[in-house]
Amino acid sequence: MSALASTAVDLARIQFATTSIYHFLFVPLTLGLGPLVAIMQTIWHRTGNDAWLRLTRFFGTLFLINFAIGVATGLVQEFEFGMNWSVYSKFVGNVFGAPLAVEGLAAFMLESTFLGLWIFGWNRLSPRLHLATLWIAVAGTWLSGYFILVANSWMQHPVGYKIVNGEAQLTSVWALVSNGFALRAYLHTILAGLIFGSLVMLGVCCWHFLRGHEVDLFRKAAKLALIVALPVTLLQLVVGNRFGEAVTSAQSMKIAASEAQWNSCQPCGFSLFQIGGFTEQDQKPSFSITIPKLLSYMADGSFSGEVQGLNQLQAQEQSKYGPGNYMPNVRVIYWSMRVMAFAGVLMFLIAVLGAWLYWKQTLERTRWFQWTAIGAIALPYIAATAGWVLTEMGRQPWIVQDLLLTSKANSPSVSSTWVGISLGVFITLYAVLGIVDFVLMRRYARPDRPEAPGELPAAVATY
Amino acid sequence: MNLQILWFCLIAFFWSGYFVLEGFDFGVGMLLPFLPRGEEERSEMFRSIGPVWDGNEVWLVVAGAATFAAFPSWYGTMFSGFYLALLFVLVLLILRVVSFEWRDKGDKARWRRVWMWANAVGSAGIPLVWGVALADLIYGLPIDSGGDYTGNFWDLFSAYSVLGGVAFVLLFAFHGAGYLALRTSGDLYERARRAARALAVPAIAVGAAFMIWTVVVAVDRNHKDVFPPVLPAVIAIVALLLAGYFAYRGRNDLGFAMTAIATLAAVATLFTGLYPRVMVSSTSFGNSLTVSGAASVHYTLAVMSVVALVLVPVILLYQSWNYYVFRARITGSELSAPVPAQSATHPGPG
Repeated sequence: MSALASTAVDLARIQFATTSIYHFLFVPLTLGLGPLVAIMQTIWHRTGNDAWLRLTRFFGTLFLINFAIGVATGLVQEFEFGMNWSVYSKFVGNVFGAPLAVEGLAAFMLESTFLGLWIFGWNRLSPRLHLATLWIAVAGTWLSGYFILVANSWMQHPVGYKIVNGEAQLTSVWALVSNGFALRAYLHTILAGLIFGSLVMLGVCCWHFLRGHEVDLFRKAAKLALIVALPVTLLQLVVGNRFGEAVTSAQSMKIAASEAQWNSCQPCGFSLFQIGGFTEQDQKPSFSITIPKLLSYMADGSFSGEVQGLNQLQAQEQSKYGPGNYMPNVRVIYWSMRVMAFAGVLMFLIAVLGAWLYWKQTLERTRWFQWTAIGAIALPYIAATAGWVLTEMGRQPWIVQDLLLTSKANSPSVSSTWVGISLGVFITLYAVLGIVDFVLMRRYARPDRPEAPGELPAAVATY
Repeated sequence: MNLQILWFCLIAFFWSGYFVLEGFDFGVGMLLPFLPRGEEERSEMFRSIGPVWDGNEVWLVVAGAATFAAFPSWYGTMFSGFYLALLFVLVLLILRVVSFEWRDKGDKARWRRVWMWANAVGSAGIPLVWGVALADLIYGLPIDSGGDYTGNFWDLFSAYSVLGGVAFVLLFAFHGAGYLALRTSGDLYERARRAARALAVPAIAVGAAFMIWTVVVAVDRNHKDVFPPVLPAVIAIVALLLAGYFAYRGRNDLGFAMTAIATLAAVATLFTGLYPRVMVSSTSFGNSLTVSGAASVHYTLAVMSVVALVLVPVILLYQSWNYYVFRARITGSELSAPVPAQSATHPGPG
C-alpha cells in the first residue's frame, strides 16, 4: 500500500475514533440520567411531594444540556460511515444498514418527539400523560442503544450473513438481532449508562452537601443514586466478565492482546500490572504482578481454561488469510482493559462506601467522601472510553472481524487532504462544544449559583 | 411493485418528510435575525418550533440510514463524493442543534445573540447544501466505472445545482413565514404575514425556474421523457402560485398547506426525474448508479419493508399528536405562565 493511501486510512481512523469516543461521552449519561429523572418525576406524581418535582427539574436540566450535544454528535457518526468508509458501507450495507435504519424509525423518532412533548408539555398535558412522555422518550434512548449495538456487534462477531460477489448479504434477521455478542454488549452498555447516571447524580449531591446547600433535598437524590449505583456497579463487574467470555470465543486475538499473552497457556494467570512485554521483540515483561489461574476463569469460566497466545493466533491467521500482521496494538489493548476494569472496581467500592455512610446517616458530614464522590464523576467517563478503545482497537486490523480489513475499507474518492480538513474542523468544534457543555453543566449543577431575580424555570423550556 | 422501487419511493418520502417539516423550522430560523423586535419576540419564535424541530430533523437521519440499508452503493458514493459539502452541513447541524438547547441557558445578551445567529446561519446553510446535493444527483457528477466519485469540491456546483440550493432556501423561508403566521400573535404575527407576502414573489420565481429546469435536465442529462417528471413539477408551480395568492389574501392556513404541497411536489419532481437512476454520471452515462444496481438484496429490503410499513404510520400519528398538543398560538404572556407547584428549576431558598 502506498504511503499516501495509508495516511488517508490513518486520518480517517483517527477521525472516527475521535468523533465516536466524544459522542460516547454524552450518550451513556443520557441512557442513565433519563430513567433517574423519570423515577424522580414518578415519585413526585405518586406522592405529591414538591421536593421530587424540584429534583426532577434540577436533574432534568442537566439531562437536557447533555442530551443536546449527544444528538448533535450522533449525526456525525451516521454520516461518517459513508463519508469516510464507502468501501465498508458498500460491503456491509445489506446487513449493517438495516439496524441503523430501524434505529432511526423506531428509536430516534420516539425520543425526539416525546422529549419535545416533555420539555414543553408541563402546562399542556395532564400530569399523568406528561410523565408518560418522559418514560417513552427514555424507552427511545434505550431502544436506540440496542440497535446501534446490534450493528456494532456484527462488526465484532458477524452472524446471519453470506458473502456474495464481494459483499455481505443478510440471510437471517433473527440471527442478527439475537446475536449473543450484541445482547451482552447491550447489557454492558445499559449498566454503564446507569453507572454514569447514578455516579454523576451522587457527585452533584455531594457537592451540595459540601456547601451545606439544600441538604434535605439532595439527601433524597443521593439515596436514589445509591440505590441504583450499588447493585449496578456490582452487576457490571459480573456482566463485564461474562462479556469477556463472549469476546474470547469470537475474538481470541483481542483477548490475547488484552492480556499481553504471547504464548498459549493453561491455566493462565491474570496480569494486574506489568512493565514491558508489549511488543513482538519484547515478549517477556521485566516486572509483573500476576494472580494465578484468574485469566483462565475470566476467559472461559473455569480455572483450568486455555487461552491462546498472540504468537499462535498470528500463525493461524496467516495461514488462513495470507501474510500480514493480525495483531492489534498490544500495549494499548492491555492498558485499556486494565483502566476499564480497575475503574469498574473503584466505582463499586465508592458505591459501597457511599451506601454505608448513608446508612450510618453520616454522608452529609463526611467531607473526604464528598470530595471523593465529586472526583469519581470522572470514573465512568474514563472507564467507558477505555472500554471502547479496547473494543474497537482490539478488533484491528479488521474493520469487520475476519471479513474486511480496515486498510481496504476507506473511501477511495476522499483524499487525505479532505480528511485532514475535516479532522481539524471536528477537533476544533468539539473542543469548543466540550468547554461550553462543561461550563453549562457546572453552572446548572453548582450549589452556589446566584439566583437571578425573576429567573424563568429552565427545565420548562424558556426559549 | 418490487421492493427496490418501494424503497426508492420511501427514501423520496423520507426526504419529503424532512423538507416539509424541518423546512418550516429552517424558515423560522432564517427569519430570526429579521422578524422579531426584541428578545421576547425572538423567544416566541424559538418556542414556536421548540417542541417539534428535533422530531423533524430525525426524518433526515432516517433518510440517510434508509439509503445506507436499502442502497448501500448509493449511500457510499454519495456521502463520500459530497465529503466537504456534508462536513459543512454537519458543522451547521451541530451548531443549530445545540443553539436550541443552549441559547436560554445564559443570561448575557451576547450569548443569546451568538446562538440566534448559529441557528439562523444553519437554517439557511443546510437547505442550501441539500438543494445543491439533490440537484447534483440528477444533473450528473464525475463518477468512474467503479461507481466512485472522481471530482473535486467545485464539481458539485453548476448553475443548475446552485439554483436548486437557492430555491430550497427561498421556499423554506416562505414556508417558515407561513408557519409563523399560523403560530404567533400580535405584532409578530403581522410581521410574519408581511414576510410571507414579501417572500412569495422570489420563492415562486426561483422555485418555478428550478422546477422547469429540473424537467429539462431530466430529459437532457438523464434521458427521461418529459412525462412523468413534468407532472409533479406543474403541481409544485401551481401550489407555489396558490401559496402566493393565499399569502396576499391572508389565508395563512391554506398558504401553509400550499407551501407544504409545493415542497412535496418539488422532491417528487427530483426523484421522478432521477428514476431509474440514483446518481447520474457525467463522465459516462453508463457509469450512472441505478436503483437495481445499488439496491440491497431482496431479503434485507423485505425485512425493512415490514418494519417501515408498521412504524411509519405510527410515527405519523404521534408526530401529528405533538403538533396537535402545541397547536395554540404563541403569545408573549405565555413566557411567564405559571408552572405547576413552585418554580423549581434550581432548588434555591423558597
